[in-house]
Amino acid sequence: MRKYSAFAVAREALRHHKGWERAWTSPEPKASYDVVIVGAGGHGLATAYYLGKNFGITNVAVIEKGWLGGGNTGRNTTIIRSNYLQDPSAAIYEKSRSLYETLSQDLNYNIMFSPRGVIMLAQTHHEVRGYIRTAHANALQGVDTRFIDKHEVKKLVPIMNIEGPRYPVLGGLWQPRGGTARHDAVAWGYARACSDMGMHIIQQTEVTGVRREGGAVSGVETTRGFIGCKKLGIVVAGHSGVVAEMAGFRLPLESVPLQALVSEPIKPCMDVVVMANTVHGYLSQSDKGEMVIGGGTDSHNNYTQRGSFHHIEETVRALIETFPMLSRLKMLRQWGGIVDVTGDRSPILSKTPVDGVFINCGWGTGGFKAIPGSGWGFAELMAKGHSPLTAEFGMDRFKEGRFIDESVAAGVAH
Amino acid sequence: MLTLTCPNCGVAACETELAAGGEAHLKRYGPGSTDEQFEEYMFMRPNVKGVHFERWRHAAGCGKWFLAARDTATLEVFGTYSAQTTEPPANIIDAIKAKRPDWSQS
Repeated sequence: MRKYSAFAVAREALRHHKGWERAWTSPEPKASYDVVIVGAGGHGLATAYYLGKNFGITNVAVIEKGWLGGGNTGRNTTIIRSNYLQDPSAAIYEKSRSLYETLSQDLNYNIMFSPRGVIMLAQTHHEVRGYIRTAHANALQGVDTRFIDKHEVKKLVPIMNIEGPRYPVLGGLWQPRGGTARHDAVAWGYARACSDMGMHIIQQTEVTGVRREGGAVSGVETTRGFIGCKKLGIVVAGHSGVVAEMAGFRLPLESVPLQALVSEPIKPCMDVVVMANTVHGYLSQSDKGEMVIGGGTDSHNNYTQRGSFHHIEETVRALIETFPMLSRLKMLRQWGGIVDVTGDRSPILSKTPVDGVFINCGWGTGGFKAIPGSGWGFAELMAKGHSPLTAEFGMDRFKEGRFIDESVAAGVAH
Repeated sequence: MLTLTCPNCGVAACETELAAGGEAHLKRYGPGSTDEQFEEYMFMRPNVKGVHFERWRHAAGCGKWFLAARDTATLEVFGTYSAQTTEPPANIIDAIKAKRPDWSQS
């Protein structure tokens, strides 16, 4: 693979850009691999990448029903932060955030990581107490956050109205090292690096069954025939339940759509990420100038990738009070992604009842920020059978009552 | 927007009037049950992509619970029925089979 560099740009400029290679290959599947990953989203590709980079396992195929990065990886609002309350969550999300800092150099692919800072607004007294507690917990966990008062919030975000009658801003939890990244580039960068290590990324191929022999996995049935494997990683987010059923086990998950929308592009007006959890409104400005707005989830299970309109209305109604200038903007696009939510709102990275089958799911409404850390930990779990990053995220925790209860910690899905 | 007819008061209620209550016809376990049974009751869900039986409350209307059969992939509603039952009634099963001939109740 040819490296991307300033020199490469100059070289190609002199020969009409005819020397660029395809970023990844599209090979025919082999009869079998050491490891098959189902799902070529960010988490699946990151898992494959760290299997190769950290453990030298490169006889790997990543099988994808649609196109790579076409699910939730391309549908989120790209926010990266690690200000979680519980220790296991803070550990994996902080690992992830720190990997994002050097990911462009690591992959030789510009993922446009922008550590512009993230504010979580406190708009009720309950939230003020909760975020002060989180800031103390983060200090012990080595995560750089602090609680700031409303005047500091106003200084960071001048377009904000902090004296709204319905949703006044009382302060905020500030993580200066949080930010955003280009979500497609994260998937593309990992895919290119995996392909460079000789891994096969097999798109437009749906897994239709999981073959087992004597309680252990022997391969997967796909729309392009049987593909054998010694280990299988299921990393399919919203459709985890569907694939788990093929492998013969069930998961404590329910799937709902989470919505987002973007405005027309405008001049730079806000250089941090603002999250308003009370009203389920998440706002940042993209490099193109669009205001990117994340909304809430539907209350009822569904797989429509659309979402109920009244959730958008609630989000926008509340954001307009806090950001009056938004009321003059036209919205360009709205979409939904299917998120798989667990009972304690924390993910599952786990062995399963079937030998050789591993599952990575349940990231719910906050999976993008976790991509590098999730891949790092899940690759270690698949290679060695144990990882300190994923140890607390086993699927048995529901039976044992050992929850990582971020739903209570955050007061909302997160 | 999702519209469900409340079988208690007969009003065709839109989604904003309703509160979703999750999967219907769960088998409840009480004291003396095993960890597996509690896990099954409290957390394990088939999370089907297709025909789903579920609980709803007519929160901004008559305030009562009822059950509905709905397709989670298309949002098509097959019918609503009383919450005072442990399994879907025959007319709901017939309505589903009329539109989904391949469907069978698991």
